[in-house]
Amino acid sequence: MTNTTDVTTHAMAITPEDLPTAGSFFKPHRIVLLVIAAALVFCVVWFMRWDWLPQYLPRLGHGIVVTLAMLFSTSILGFLLAVPLGLVQVTGPWPLKTLASGFCTIIRGTPLLLQLWLLYYGLGSLFPQFPAIRHSFLWPYLRESWPYGVAALTISFAAYEGEVMRGAFAGVPAGELEAARAYGMSRWTLFRRIWLPRAIHRALPTLNGETVLQLKATPLVATITVIDVYAVISKVRQDTYITYEPLLLLALIYMCLTGILVIAFRYLENRIPTRGA
Amino acid sequence: MAADSIINWGLLALAPPGWGGVLLNGLVNSVQIAIGGYAFGLLLGVGGAFGKLYGGPILRDLMECYTTIVRAVPELVLILLLYYAGTDALNHVLNLVGIGTVDISGLAAGIFVIGVVQGAYSTEVLRGAIKAVPAGQIEAARAYGMSPFKVMTRVTLPAMLPYAIPGLSNLWLIATKDTALLAVVGFSELTLVTRQAAGATKAYILFFCAAGALYLALTLFSNVLIRIIERHSRRGFVEQS
Repeated sequence: MTNTTDVTTHAMAITPEDLPTAGSFFKPHRIVLLVIAAALVFCVVWFMRWDWLPQYLPRLGHGIVVTLAMLFSTSILGFLLAVPLGLVQVTGPWPLKTLASGFCTIIRGTPLLLQLWLLYYGLGSLFPQFPAIRHSFLWPYLRESWPYGVAALTISFAAYEGEVMRGAFAGVPAGELEAARAYGMSRWTLFRRIWLPRAIHRALPTLNGETVLQLKATPLVATITVIDVYAVISKVRQDTYITYEPLLLLALIYMCLTGILVIAFRYLENRIPTRGA
Repeated sequence: MAADSIINWGLLALAPPGWGGVLLNGLVNSVQIAIGGYAFGLLLGVGGAFGKLYGGPILRDLMECYTTIVRAVPELVLILLLYYAGTDALNHVLNLVGIGTVDISGLAAGIFVIGVVQGAYSTEVLRGAIKAVPAGQIEAARAYGMSPFKVMTRVTLPAMLPYAIPGLSNLWLIATKDTALLAVVGFSELTLVTRQAAGATKAYILFFCAAGALYLALTLFSNVLIRIIERHSRRGFVEQS
């Protein structure tokens, strides 16, 4: 089961082994291709309209910060939720097990956009009906749109990661856990020292891939009026009636963000010692 | 207030005062796009995987660029780009040929867009599956004097299927969920229709949950079919542990 998820994650997200090495560019046909690509980029810069760019640059920067904040906050929160979700499915009592796997199935079986709109339009229209909520300290936040975006992205990430962590927890060799028990470790110590680190180690490549997928999911929050980089570009397109240039720039921005993320993951993965290999 | 929040099931009725028929229509649209896009993506994927494995250096690099770009840029952005660029390019070509512009149906555009995205994903899945086929089987087919096309249809494709099916079935589930993104370009598939219904009646939670149930039913039904296909394709396979 983990294997299937691995394959699909790798098919949908770039992983560190996809990064080209510096030396691989110096092949004759690649130099020709690079020259053609450079010519194309020159044409795009020269012949298309970019005069709107300086005016929107500060807002674009702000949008990128919002996108990254969304990515990191939801990934971290989602991972914290995913650990218990995965663990409960491996060792929990059956009611918790059914609950956790039911949660994962429902979230993974419906589109993220629908979940986002359910939270924002659905819950968002329900909350004002309760005076208790309207007068609570949470109300200033619940009137904004970003908490709903964070909630939807966190829940979705937790469900996908929960499935990954389930496989990872189940895949830690039983002998290692038995050895830890034989040392007299308490259940909590065993979990903290052996089970969790080993599971994360096993799941790391998939976790990294899922984080890239999470970055690719963040622009959806623009549909509920969170001003991330995608929303800034949509604004540009509305203001200037230019179709392609803003979208091309947006694609470039996301490619750069993904690239930086993947390079960071390669650095992380290389720092963790593996046996053999 | 409390009386309002009791669910009004009448809204889901199939006949016009209810919105059930509209939702089902949206579901049919979604499924059509998912099937079309998935099939188109599979075609691209087979081509892409063979290009990546057996093509010349330039073809290989171009394929690598295609899959890298699709895997690095959010689907939503790709869908917008392809939607506008695809329809514009087609109209330009038709203008040059002299047929004049045509209105491209949302269905065709949606299938094209989902197909291009799925094509990159299935390229990667199929490439991995083809590499898992023992090289001796393909060499044996070549030694029999089969043409490359025959090797592909008789040996490579059937032999890689058991390795590809888990990945491909995940991609099918992703295709069904990616159709929801077409709501952003205004194609009336299930998610957009649901939002319209919810906006018109203010019964947001009811409609979004109903649509969620429809998507979930589609996924669960697909899972049953996938399990049958998987069992069928793994006949004669020794279970390795």
